[in-house]
Amino acid sequence: MGKVLAVTGNQAIAEAMRQINPDVCAAYPITPSTEVMQRFASFVANGKVDTELVTVESEHSAMSACIGASAAGGRVMTATSSQGLALMWEMLHIASGMRLPVVMTLVNRALSAPINIHGDHSDGMGARDCGWIQLWSENAQEAYDNLIQAIRIAEHDDVRLPAMVCLDGFIISHSIESMTFLPDEVVRDFIGEFRPKHPLLDVNNPVTYGPLVLPDYFMEFKRQQHEAMLKAKDVVLQVAEEFEKVSGRSYGLFEAYRLDDAELAIVVLNSAAGTCKDVVDEYRDRGVKVGLLKPRLFRPFPYKEVAEALSGAKVIGVLDRAESFGGFGPMYMEIASAMMSNGTNPVMIDKIYGLGGRDFMPEHAAQLIDELKEILDTGKVKLYKDYLGVRE
Amino acid sequence: MKGWRELEIGAVTEAGSADEYNTGSWRAFRPRWIEENCIQCLFCWIYCPDSAITVKDGKRGEFDYKHCKGCGICAVECPGKKGKKAIVMEEEGK
Ligand code: SF4
Ligand code: SF4
Repeated sequence: MGKVLAVTGNQAIAEAMRQINPDVCAAYPITPSTEVMQRFASFVANGKVDTELVTVESEHSAMSACIGASAAGGRVMTATSSQGLALMWEMLHIASGMRLPVVMTLVNRALSAPINIHGDHSDGMGARDCGWIQLWSENAQEAYDNLIQAIRIAEHDDVRLPAMVCLDGFIISHSIESMTFLPDEVVRDFIGEFRPKHPLLDVNNPVTYGPLVLPDYFMEFKRQQHEAMLKAKDVVLQVAEEFEKVSGRSYGLFEAYRLDDAELAIVVLNSAAGTCKDVVDEYRDRGVKVGLLKPRLFRPFPYKEVAEALSGAKVIGVLDRAESFGGFGPMYMEIASAMMSNGTNPVMIDKIYGLGGRDFMPEHAAQLIDELKEILDTGKVKLYKDYLGVRE
Repeated sequence: MKGWRELEIGAVTEAGSADEYNTGSWRAFRPRWIEENCIQCLFCWIYCPDSAITVKDGKRGEFDYKHCKGCGICAVECPGKKGKKAIVMEEEGK
């Protein structure tokens, strides 16, 4: 068994990185992910890891250096937040298009303007279509476990895609909670050696990365990326199964909480799921059939499995901690797609909550469940998309 | 043409394959080398943004017109001999 320690989410991530011991790490500090790299830099300075730490002048350069190092044949990691991810955006597509399994921690934070350093999901959701695998984490334990599994998922021969592990800025990154670490050698054995596919440092077998590909072949390469994403779903489950053997902790594509006989369902990512689960328990005690689904894998999105898990629900309330101005929130769109392609047609409402770190309190979850219940009883929906916890 | 299942992932291809493409066809102006004015300083070779100046045994040879884009940088940089340029640009097709 590993050690149980009280740590911040960032500390958990830095510890996972120490245990993973990547070949190269290029990063630029940004709140709230700064502590990850600050702690990791001290591991480098103190000789606790063999990593080449590249201190760059921006996140665009950080991701560029990660791409170069990964193409060279190294196991590569980084961490960022918010504007940092936004600045990487161009390079995110290049990492995935070149099929380089870079693994990044994204400590979720709102995007400016107005400037705000607190947690919401607009950064990660903004990178939804960049071709990166996305694993989301409720707490420090999940973030740590996800990061270790992400290495195996990203580097799997059927996948070879970059992956990001998301956790809520401040709420998780800076709060101290107790969690269980795996022993160093268990992590080392679990992730194994990285086997690069076409390392540029293999000078006897020179290759070109990043050639010009015109309309005659471009779509074929995009189709390959889609295929890799489809396969990633199975790989996520395989890796989770192996992870359970070494850790005793079990992971799926999502967490279904008291969902089996639920008429009302909440869908929510990350830390707010913890708050919602408590409130679900209270309502269950009062006989309300309510359950919760917390997606873990957001890209690729497991449409079929999610739809099956939600197929008994008559009214679904989706919580989105990111806005798509003038549209439904990103999570709502996924759940709507899942239900539609499964042929089920529940009533679904979308609530935008927690932007810029606005506290999500138990009463907000209660307010949502009350509204879902009212829809179930009356069949009437006031607004399909609305805000939760905003002052009028 | 190959289907998506047959292609190497990530568009990783053999090294140096750009050599096979005739990108010189983009040229609107064509550099001409006047050998008697050339002092073999190799500035043209250093400045050429492509690799369209061929060099053998430390001496420049003909332009590689398959890849020269006709940008004219070599002609600007060429010091030539006694004020006479060793590279001049001429309109293509004239
Ligand atoms: S014209 Fe431009 S591309 Fe052609 S040889 Fe001169 S410098 Fe190179
Ligand atoms: S720059 Fe002019 S003088 Fe120098 S090597 Fe080239 S052609 Fe000759």
